[in-house]
Amino acid sequence: MAKYLSIVERAYHGTLEEQDDTILWISHMVKKAGPDVTVLLRANAVNYAVAGQDASGLTFGKAALSVPPTLDRDVEELIKAGVAVCVVREDLADRGIESGELVGGVTPIGRREVAGLFDQHDQVWHW
Amino acid sequence: MTNYLFIECRDPFESKDTQFVAETATALKQRDNEVTVFLVQNGVLAARRNARGSHLSQLAKAGVRLLADDFSLRERGIQAAELLPGIQQSNIDALTDILVRENTKAIWH
Amino acid sequence: MSNKTLTLALMDPPYESANSTTAFRLIAAALQKGINVNVFAYEGAVALPLRTQVPHPNPIKGTTAEEQHHPITSAFISALFEAAAASGAKLDWVNCGMCVDERGATEWVDGVRRGGPGDFAKFARESTNTVVIGTR
Repeated sequence: MAKYLSIVERAYHGTLEEQDDTILWISHMVKKAGPDVTVLLRANAVNYAVAGQDASGLTFGKAALSVPPTLDRDVEELIKAGVAVCVVREDLADRGIESGELVGGVTPIGRREVAGLFDQHDQVWHW
Repeated sequence: MTNYLFIECRDPFESKDTQFVAETATALKQRDNEVTVFLVQNGVLAARRNARGSHLSQLAKAGVRLLADDFSLRERGIQAAELLPGIQQSNIDALTDILVRENTKAIWH
Repeated sequence: MSNKTLTLALMDPPYESANSTTAFRLIAAALQKGINVNVFAYEGAVALPLRTQVPHPNPIKGTTAEEQHHPITSAFISALFEAAAASGAKLDWVNCGMCVDERGATEWVDGVRRGGPGDFAKFARESTNTVVIGTR
C-alpha cells in the first residue's frame, strides 16, 4: 500500500474561516481513501499539537463564528484514524512548548530524523 | 537509492525556512540518495556568488546538484557570470524531465 | 506520446503568487512532451479557471484593456486544454467541490470538472509523480 508523508508547515492561516486546517483535513480525507498517511508537523504547525486551544467567541456585528476550529482535537482524531502524527522536537523547543503540553499520541522526532522519514514514504507532500 | 528533487521557490532573505531544505537535502545525500535542488522564482535570489547568507554553498559542498531556472534568473536580471560556482542554469523542460524520471520524489518548498 | 502522468496539487488563487505561473509553465512543458497531467485545484486555486474573469486597462500606463492584454488565468487554462488536445496528452483539471462551494467559484471554463480529495488520492496513486504546491 502506498505511503504518503504529508508535511504541514504554515499554521493558523484561514483556520478560523475554514473551521480547520485544510492540510490536516485533506490528509485525513486521503487516509479515508485507503493509503497510509503520516503527518509531520513542523515549524509553526507544531503548535497544532498543543492541547487546550480555544478559538471560540468571535462575532462580527450580529454574525457569530459559531463553530470554531478545534485543531488539537483534529490532531487527536487523525491519530484515532490511524494516521501517525510526528512533530519536530527542535521546532517545539524553539517555541517554548514542553512535551507535557501536547495532545496524547503525537510522536516527537528530531530534525535529523526527517530525512529518514522521507525515505520511508513513497511520496512527500510539503504543503 | 532514491532521486530526490527539491523545487525551491523561497529565498533565505525572506524565509529562514530555506535552512530546512539545506539540512534535509544534505541529510538525504548523506543517506546515499541522489539529490537535486531546482531554484525557481525568488529561489534564484540566493544564487548570486556575492549573496550573503546563502545556503547554497553548503548544498554544493554536500554534493547536491544545484539547478537554476533560466526564466527566473532572466526575470531578475541575474547573469550567468554572477552565479555561485556549482549552480547550473536549467529550464522548465529539464525540470519536467526530472519529475517524470523513475524513482523520484518531488518536494516543492 | 509518453505513458507518463504528472499530478500537481495547487492552492494559490490567481494573481497572488508566482506559484501559479510556474505551475502553468510546468503543465505546458509536460503536455508538449505528451505527458498526461492531472491538476487537483484546492482552496484558492479553484478560482484559477473562473470564466467570469475579465481583462482591464492600466491607467498608470494609459493603456486600454485591449492594449494591456492583462493575463487571464482561465484563458491560460483553456489554452492548456487545447495544447493537450494537440499533443494527444490528457489534461484532467479537478476543482475541489467544497472549496468551490465556500467561495461561490462555480463558473469555470470548459474542461474543468468538480471533484474532491478522493480524486487527489487516485491521481497520486496512479501518477508517475506528484508535486504538491502549497500556499503561504
